[in-house]
Amino acid sequence: MALRDIAIVGTAQRPSEVNSTFTSVEILLPVIQQLLDKVGIERSDIGFWCHGSCDYMSGQPFSFVSAVDAIGAWPPIIESHVEADGALALYEAWVKIQTGEVDVALVFSNGKTTSGPIDQILSLQTDPYMVAPLKPGFDALAALQARACLEAGVVTERQMAEVAARSRRDAHNNAIAFTKGNESVEELLAMPYTMNPLRAHDCATPVDGCNAVVLAAGDIARRLAERPAWIRGIDHRIDTQRLGARSMIESSSAAIAAQKAGVGNDRIDVAELHAPYTHQELLLRNAMGLSESTHINPSGGALVANPAMAAGLARFAEAAESVFAGSADRVLAHCTSGPMLQQNLVCVMEGE
Amino acid sequence: MRLNKQTTRWRDKKLVVSGTTSHARVGDVFVAPLEVAYPYKRTVGTLLSRFFTSLSECRLEGTRGSDGRVYFPPAEFDPLTGEQLSEWVSLSDTGTVTTWAWQSTPVEGQPLAHPFAWALITIDGADVPMLHAVDAGSPENIAVGTKVKVRWAEDRPGGVTDIACFDIMGGAS
Repeated sequence: MALRDIAIVGTAQRPSEVNSTFTSVEILLPVIQQLLDKVGIERSDIGFWCHGSCDYMSGQPFSFVSAVDAIGAWPPIIESHVEADGALALYEAWVKIQTGEVDVALVFSNGKTTSGPIDQILSLQTDPYMVAPLKPGFDALAALQARACLEAGVVTERQMAEVAARSRRDAHNNAIAFTKGNESVEELLAMPYTMNPLRAHDCATPVDGCNAVVLAAGDIARRLAERPAWIRGIDHRIDTQRLGARSMIESSSAAIAAQKAGVGNDRIDVAELHAPYTHQELLLRNAMGLSESTHINPSGGALVANPAMAAGLARFAEAAESVFAGSADRVLAHCTSGPMLQQNLVCVMEGE
Repeated sequence: MRLNKQTTRWRDKKLVVSGTTSHARVGDVFVAPLEVAYPYKRTVGTLLSRFFTSLSECRLEGTRGSDGRVYFPPAEFDPLTGEQLSEWVSLSDTGTVTTWAWQSTPVEGQPLAHPFAWALITIDGADVPMLHAVDAGSPENIAVGTKVKVRWAEDRPGGVTDIACFDIMGGAS
């Protein structure tokens, strides 16, 4: 079966904040309305709605259902939800459009990351018998991975600080970003460890945020956007949940996903990598074979704004916007999930 | 307001399926506390049953995979072939740190209340490391390659926390 041509034709993001008092509906509604206005379509034009969020963050089962109020369920709509990052919701929407059942989909995600101890909440995803009872936070697990990489010489603390310095600098150009800075690499290296061998700037900034994108097929996409970001390859791979059985110094699932998505077929102008820790960006670059000519995370990436369950879809939005603007022709968007880069979704998009 | 008979029957039915243990009837009113919990009991299956029993008896047992590698904690299914694993291997209570991180401010519920090291530890005789805590005292006392020994918890109901933590062999220097 020939695949349909599907593109991102519009995106919208809410600026990051912390300790937000808004409900998911209150933050999603204006973003979705803004997106519909930008693309120039109505709710009735959307054939499929797909939402990514995490009930553990609000502490309520099925709390995601209330978000339907932000999209309106009358007249009846076709919608779905993933208990995952919005990037995975985008993957589902892409599959839905591939079936031919619908032509236009709206994907959205939200995370009120700062209303609880996100580091501990996320570690509930780990093995419920062997790992979760010990209550290791995600920072601690990432720190174990970072140490292994440092010991093996795969990364250096200086390279990690360089990733942080570049991301914090680039954040000045991004209205969505939260953490910004102009520190030199030396200044960052002089900071104390928070989770040795990680320093505060090696870890992503938890923020509250939400975003949304519109996907459309073929000529509809060409009508809705001047320069759609065409999805040329998309793939999702998962490493074993058994932490000790994984290689700490490479990301095999990211490597496979990148290969299947066709990353190496041509040069990549911009790569938006969802790397919540500095050493993970370096691991991802190695796994995907990205060269020096690729501009990594011009948005500042997840280090400067990491809304849980929305940070992956934010990478898709940022990468697509660079295609819309004509500043890039071939871009990569990536989303990770789980501890130590357990899951990796890689997507290649191109302008025409 | 008096409840009619039908409502009372419905309410009694709810009482039977309730997962809470401290519910009660006060007069005509059913009272139950709001417990944010997962009040279900479940069996853990053949592999974890044997594993948790061995831990409660202060023994370490792993399983051997199709490639000959020994997993501790034991793997129920071969990570390479997916086949059920059945060959058990007895292990000593010592091991080697393969990577570590320093938790300077412990969170409630973690293995130790004072600063400690998280580590992946390969138990002697096993090939795949496990996650646990090392009571190292200070980050200067631990490194990749440090030899550690199980400190058993006094109370061992059967679970990974039957291992209280690991101690550095020869004592933290």
